[in-house]
Amino acid sequence: MTGDLVFVLLALLTIVPAVWVVFSPNIVHAGFALLFTLFGVAGLYAYMGADYIAVTQLMVYVGGVLVLVLFTVMMTRVPQGKRANYGLDRFVPAGVLSLAVFGLLYKTITSVDWGAGHTESVPTVAEIGTNFMTNYIFPFEYISLVLLVAMIGAAILIRESKNTQDEPENGDSEVQS
Amino acid sequence: MQILTDLILKIPGADGMSDLVMHIICAAIMATLMFIVMALCALIFTWMERKVAGFLQSRYGPMRTGRWHGWAQAIADMLKILAKEDIIPRDADRGLYVFAPILVMLGSLLAWAAIPWAPGFVAADLDLGLMYIFAVSSMAVVGILMAGWASNNKWALYGAARGAAQMISYEVPLALATIPVVMYTGSLNTQDIVIAQQGGMLNWFIFRDPFLFVAFFMYFIAGIAETNRGPFDMPETESELVAGYHTEYTGMRFAFFFLAEYANLFLIALIAVMIFLGGWWAPIPFLDFLPPALTFIIKGVMMVFLNMWVRWTLPRVRVDQLMHLCWKVMIPVTLICVIGSGIWMMVSGQAG
Repeated sequence: MTGDLVFVLLALLTIVPAVWVVFSPNIVHAGFALLFTLFGVAGLYAYMGADYIAVTQLMVYVGGVLVLVLFTVMMTRVPQGKRANYGLDRFVPAGVLSLAVFGLLYKTITSVDWGAGHTESVPTVAEIGTNFMTNYIFPFEYISLVLLVAMIGAAILIRESKNTQDEPENGDSEVQS
Repeated sequence: MQILTDLILKIPGADGMSDLVMHIICAAIMATLMFIVMALCALIFTWMERKVAGFLQSRYGPMRTGRWHGWAQAIADMLKILAKEDIIPRDADRGLYVFAPILVMLGSLLAWAAIPWAPGFVAADLDLGLMYIFAVSSMAVVGILMAGWASNNKWALYGAARGAAQMISYEVPLALATIPVVMYTGSLNTQDIVIAQQGGMLNWFIFRDPFLFVAFFMYFIAGIAETNRGPFDMPETESELVAGYHTEYTGMRFAFFFLAEYANLFLIALIAVMIFLGGWWAPIPFLDFLPPALTFIIKGVMMVFLNMWVRWTLPRVRVDQLMHLCWKVMIPVTLICVIGSGIWMMVSGQAG
């Protein structure tokens, strides 16, 4: 009973700001509303007993991705409080795409057996660590390699934009520097 | 938490309570306690900061308020700040402007929950304690960005951008420097980390191996940068940016930023004590009679003093020097510390 109440509160914390993200006319407000959604998702993970994933969610998404998103959004210079006017040419492809994604998600969600739902929190870090170093060593190293490549790529991009400083760029380099 | 539960059960009529009610009451008491400690430390540290600054610059600092070495200066300052007019700039983004100080404060208050004050006395005994602390303190970055943006002032926005960049960058060496300790302990639980350092000064993690000794200083430097204090106070450089991201804030809202800054200062010092300097264990057996929490706090205040010493001694660095130091010096050094500690553990047979 109380568990359900906690779940409902966490779900509301996730969904209400998410709706705000989509419908807010102010893009910076949308970015900041994302904070609550990410926080709510972390809460849901913690509720399901996945403490490690919950903390990682906070660390990676709130501490990293969200700040990056905010930086990007702040540099886009959308007039504050002005609602953008989009025609049918935008609404139709967006609608079709979102419906397709929704259908796919719905089919996946309903076809998977989700187990018990709320479980008591058990320490998971040690187990995750052991699995990373034994059973899942290849995926783990592979992801590390992908991240390393991405990092080197980003460093090279910044360097190139520094050399050609006189020519105006598309603005992507500003975000990263 | 167990101590607290036992205490509550002694109150007549408390036996009939369900676990949930008990849990909520305990959490509320601990949160209030943490908030009081936080407010008190901000109060004491403002006075201490002025006295230390005076001492390091061969002057007295505040001397008049309250007769004895101006001890009441902090209280007077607090009353003044509470009585100030609360100004919200006309062009500010009102909602975000109001919410930003709360978010900054929330980030540091949440992190305080995992600090182990004494054996068994920690607000949230989490298995992921250390990681949790770093995760929730990253929320302050968003708060700072929010404050800078909502102020609608170019100085505030510059300060916020610098602050966010700096805090994200220095989080990396800060967390990396703690990894050797986690390797030795085999746990992220804050209590386990302290318990692993039992038995005199030589068992403290700072003296366990040379790499940990280096890691401690890396942690200390990154900690100064993480709390935005001099010589790394780029977000608040008064000669360039007025006051950085809290330029427009007055009264109570400014007090929130102020409180968060000193709370973070103490938090970083306490984490340093917790992971490197033996937590609540006394340095020599002779000092064992002191209560563990007092030992812990005394060590923490000493670390804060060290921090203030650095702040009032060194000139401010430039932004590019700041980033150079972080990415090209501190991160490689901390990575070497992680690898070196691992090798040391294997060679000395301490690997679990």
